[in-house]
Amino acid sequence: MATPSTAAALPPHMSISEPRRVTRDPEPPTASRAAGVWQDKLFENITRFFALLVLALLLGILLALGYSALPALDKFGLSFFTTSVWNPVTSDFGALAPIYGTLVTSVIALAIGVPVSFGIALFLTEMCPTVLRRPLGTAVELLAAIPSIIYGMWGLFVFAPIFGDYIQPLLQKIFGNLWILGPLFKGAPNGIGMLSAGIILSIMIIPFISSVMRDVFEIVPPVLKESAYGLGCTTWEVVWNVVLPYTKVGVIGGIMLGLGRALGETMAVTFVIGNAYRISASLFEPGNSIASALANEFNEAADPVHRASLIALGLVLFVLTFIVLALSRLLIARLARGEGNKT
Amino acid sequence: MKRTTMQVFLLAGALAFGLSAHAADITGAGATFPYPIYAKWADAYKKQTGIGMNYQSIGSGGGIAQIKAKTVDFGASDMPLKPDDLQAAGLMQFPAVIGGVVPVVNLEGVAPGALRFTGPVLADIYMGKIKIWNDKAIADLNPSIKLPADPITVVRRSDGSGTTFIWTDYLSKMSPEWKSKVGASTAVAWPEGVGGKGNEGVAAYVQRIKGSIGYVEYAYAKKNKMISAAVQNKEGQFVQPDDDSFAAAAAYADWKAAPGFYQILTDQPGKTSWPITGASFILMHTKQDKPQQAAEVLKFFEWAYKNGKAMATELDYVPMPDTVAKVVADAWKAQLKDGTGKAIWN
Repeated sequence: MATPSTAAALPPHMSISEPRRVTRDPEPPTASRAAGVWQDKLFENITRFFALLVLALLLGILLALGYSALPALDKFGLSFFTTSVWNPVTSDFGALAPIYGTLVTSVIALAIGVPVSFGIALFLTEMCPTVLRRPLGTAVELLAAIPSIIYGMWGLFVFAPIFGDYIQPLLQKIFGNLWILGPLFKGAPNGIGMLSAGIILSIMIIPFISSVMRDVFEIVPPVLKESAYGLGCTTWEVVWNVVLPYTKVGVIGGIMLGLGRALGETMAVTFVIGNAYRISASLFEPGNSIASALANEFNEAADPVHRASLIALGLVLFVLTFIVLALSRLLIARLARGEGNKT
Repeated sequence: MKRTTMQVFLLAGALAFGLSAHAADITGAGATFPYPIYAKWADAYKKQTGIGMNYQSIGSGGGIAQIKAKTVDFGASDMPLKPDDLQAAGLMQFPAVIGGVVPVVNLEGVAPGALRFTGPVLADIYMGKIKIWNDKAIADLNPSIKLPADPITVVRRSDGSGTTFIWTDYLSKMSPEWKSKVGASTAVAWPEGVGGKGNEGVAAYVQRIKGSIGYVEYAYAKKNKMISAAVQNKEGQFVQPDDDSFAAAAAYADWKAAPGFYQILTDQPGKTSWPITGASFILMHTKQDKPQQAAEVLKFFEWAYKNGKAMATELDYVPMPDTVAKVVADAWKAQLKDGTGKAIWN
């Protein structure tokens, strides 16, 4: 799973993407001075090597994935991405269903996770009594430390029964007969499916998004907020008109971090998504995500085409994550340009 | 500083020597289904003979790949290889242990073992053709049970597995439509249902979803006290899944007539045979580069056939009947050769 660099998570004035070069004083070099310069040079080269190593690794993984996926891409061509057949018996594979499942569950996760994280961050920075600030903040961060398989087991054994017995029937009662929303909530309420997976994912990404949001909200200069309050703004107005515009780059960075995690999450999704290669309008129906398909089938995929198809799925996830990151960069760049025009 | 480095090197050297002294340990890799019993046998065998057996449960597909690459002394697979495939890869296979696959349901007021199925009905349920519990096909088999008008939720495995192979092989034998549309393999394109990961995943889904039906290894049905169902066998009898009916299926199977032990124990003759039974197989190269090592593997399994029965039963597997063990030993004699063509086992 790729995560956006911290540059995206920090507000503009703290950006580390353009490091300032320190110019050295043109002092006459003494012997010790020369040694220092030499050490500096060495240090620079070593750090550059490390940075390039990451790039080389990335390229290497990409190439290895592409190479191993070739048999599948060769056999199915573009239809690999447009069909949803997945039949290990006849060696016929298409990636559409898992791609669809991955995107839908991630969108659900963001739709729930972002507002909640925003609320958490807002409360912690603007409204929370100081005594509560620390324990609450730590609790949110601790959520991030729980291994994902625990989320999966909790989702299957605790969340799914409650969700299926009480919440799903309720959702069907409320939305079941509306003409657009109705089909989304069709099907047997058994607590397992795309919606359950999306909700579990949202719980998993909330700590990431909310702690980034909290951190960037905290660095808004108090002077700005105080002047807004001084003008008679409500807390909401301060947050919406002062804090958010000031921190939007960091907020988007945090959301992308969460999205990256949601796209690649494996075990927790595998437990609750239902693992069926099917594209259905209903969110109650079982589906499949790329990562859970890999987790399920890699062990027993003896047939070379099956294996190659799974690796091709991995490649798709890689590209998907890359596109998401690129889009977020683009968004940030546009926002920055818009800022220039305003003044 | 220097001294500690030296000590580390010495220690590493000592460790390396220690390990190479135990080079006689045998290694295997493959199916996850028999892992618990192989591990238990290995433990007991080591205590008796001092020779260890290191088994990695990486899945049947992985086991087949590893033995072909000769990284292990034996591979293990829940799905037997076809005689042609064995020949092509220079392998032989033999059954090591037997297990049963059991249909389990979540229906209120139904006692374990009370519900009856036939193979074609199970196939139709898994095809999605029978959708509700009080369908005539199910009701006719169970006149004494009041079946609800609830929808049936089909539960199956999401990961590739030997259990799925046994189950789909049985359904293929029972229903020509299943055979042509879905087929039998460790993973298939399921027409219906939700997928749970592993036996525990299927067990959890079935216990969780009202009106569901699933299939699990017998041990899981027993441990979780699930509602298993009786299934009609080849002789028309409705049998309950238990150690005896699994053993009956293995005993009635004609191993001698099966070339390369390609024998899938589903739908076997015998009045008391459980129809959804399967064996887990061991794969070895017929021409051995390391005959000594191969002999150790054979000794291990000979010992397991003879002394491992109680342990297998304890873990709800079915040990191989003595008659079958003898046929297997004969095959070892006939098929496993060292570099010069001399038999390894005699």
